[in-house]
Amino acid sequence: MSVALRVIPCLDVHDGRVVKGVNFQNLRDAGDPVELAARYSAEGADELTFLDISASSDARATTRDMVARCAETVFIPLTVGGGVRSVADVDALLRSGADKVGINTGALANPGVIDEIAAVFGNQVLVLSLDARREPGMASGYGVTTHGGRKSAGIDALAWAREAVERGVGEVLLNSMDADGTTDGYDLEMTAAVRDVVDVPLIASGGAGTVEHFVEAARVGVDALLAASVFHYGTLTISQVKAGLAEAGFEVR
Amino acid sequence: MNRRVGLFDYGSGNLHSAARAFANAGADVSVTSDLGELRRQDALVVPGVGAFAACMRGLTQAGGVDLIREWVAADRPLLGICVGHQILFEQGTEHGTVTPGVGVLRGSVDTLPARRLPHMGWNTVQPADGMSLFGGPAGERFYFVHSYAALTGPDDALVATAEHEDGRFVAAVERGNLASTQFHPEKSGEAGAHLIATWLRKL
Repeated sequence: MSVALRVIPCLDVHDGRVVKGVNFQNLRDAGDPVELAARYSAEGADELTFLDISASSDARATTRDMVARCAETVFIPLTVGGGVRSVADVDALLRSGADKVGINTGALANPGVIDEIAAVFGNQVLVLSLDARREPGMASGYGVTTHGGRKSAGIDALAWAREAVERGVGEVLLNSMDADGTTDGYDLEMTAAVRDVVDVPLIASGGAGTVEHFVEAARVGVDALLAASVFHYGTLTISQVKAGLAEAGFEVR
Repeated sequence: MNRRVGLFDYGSGNLHSAARAFANAGADVSVTSDLGELRRQDALVVPGVGAFAACMRGLTQAGGVDLIREWVAADRPLLGICVGHQILFEQGTEHGTVTPGVGVLRGSVDTLPARRLPHMGWNTVQPADGMSLFGGPAGERFYFVHSYAALTGPDDALVATAEHEDGRFVAAVERGNLASTQFHPEKSGEAGAHLIATWLRKL
């Protein structure tokens, strides 16, 4: 027996509310992150990821209140990302009850902040959120993007993943901007390429549409599988995904 | 009457989740760094996240090293969690630097022998016969997040082990009223809630 493959629902949060379609029956209010978090936890989610897409600092404070309420009702690990730029931002999220913090643009703008955060809190709290896509000009063929995939950061995705791990991220969340939203399956080639260069836990994200998609990505050797819309719209339940993974021979909780 | 549990707030991480998890299991929880207040509780919970050395620094500044030694010497109920479990050992080695621990458990904390670190996620544990913490269903899983662990347990304690890649490490220890876990019961869903309730019941 060894550590189980994790299945992680991702919730986009704006001003303390879940946004992007969430379509659940029997929820008093599907926009309430705490209620949704409790529901996913009861269904067997191994962890929850919140992505704060708020633009203002007031809205981010609201998100921290939301995280605090989640941490008091849902007893599984919580990861929160969005707008993290400094040790102080990480400190505020951890104090609110986040177990791990995702960093993306803030680290691209100032890679040294990874070293600073890891030095204070250890690498186990820090997740590199890597939005990447195929980009012909890049040495590996994959480039880092910003602004939800609309802009190239001009950086090789594999080189950046390697650098971020060396600096001190404890996990990499690889989101394929080519596959995201397609429900055609995870980007297996890119995921395998990143797997080859990082030894820390790797989370595949973007493109999940069927149980088979989760199984395919698991075969690439990732440690966790993240998805949003298939869970929010009720296309798949977490227990269906886990049953499929177990049937394919993977250990799940 | 509810058991009174002191959650030692010596500056290592957020304790809201842990406080709520113990309260849900029926404890009256005080989250405090006040040593007098802690001494008045029925049981002491020692949490901890991050680095061994940083936790020992915080614990020492808060007067926690003597408190824990005195607590364990009197065989009062104590539960260490994650780095709060690690610092109970004699020493921890991180990046080649050895830091003395509280030393109430014999042994040392070292880097896990594994390629994939941190060891992060839900794993099973193999408890020794007679351990009281684990009464849940066979194969239940607890949440771990760490790169260091005691690789062998003290021979005067009951030890539960877990496996990561090819290496075994100490997942939990029990000796008299001293108990500690490398995993996070407060983050381990139902399995964790059950463990906390079991621990509280035997206080």
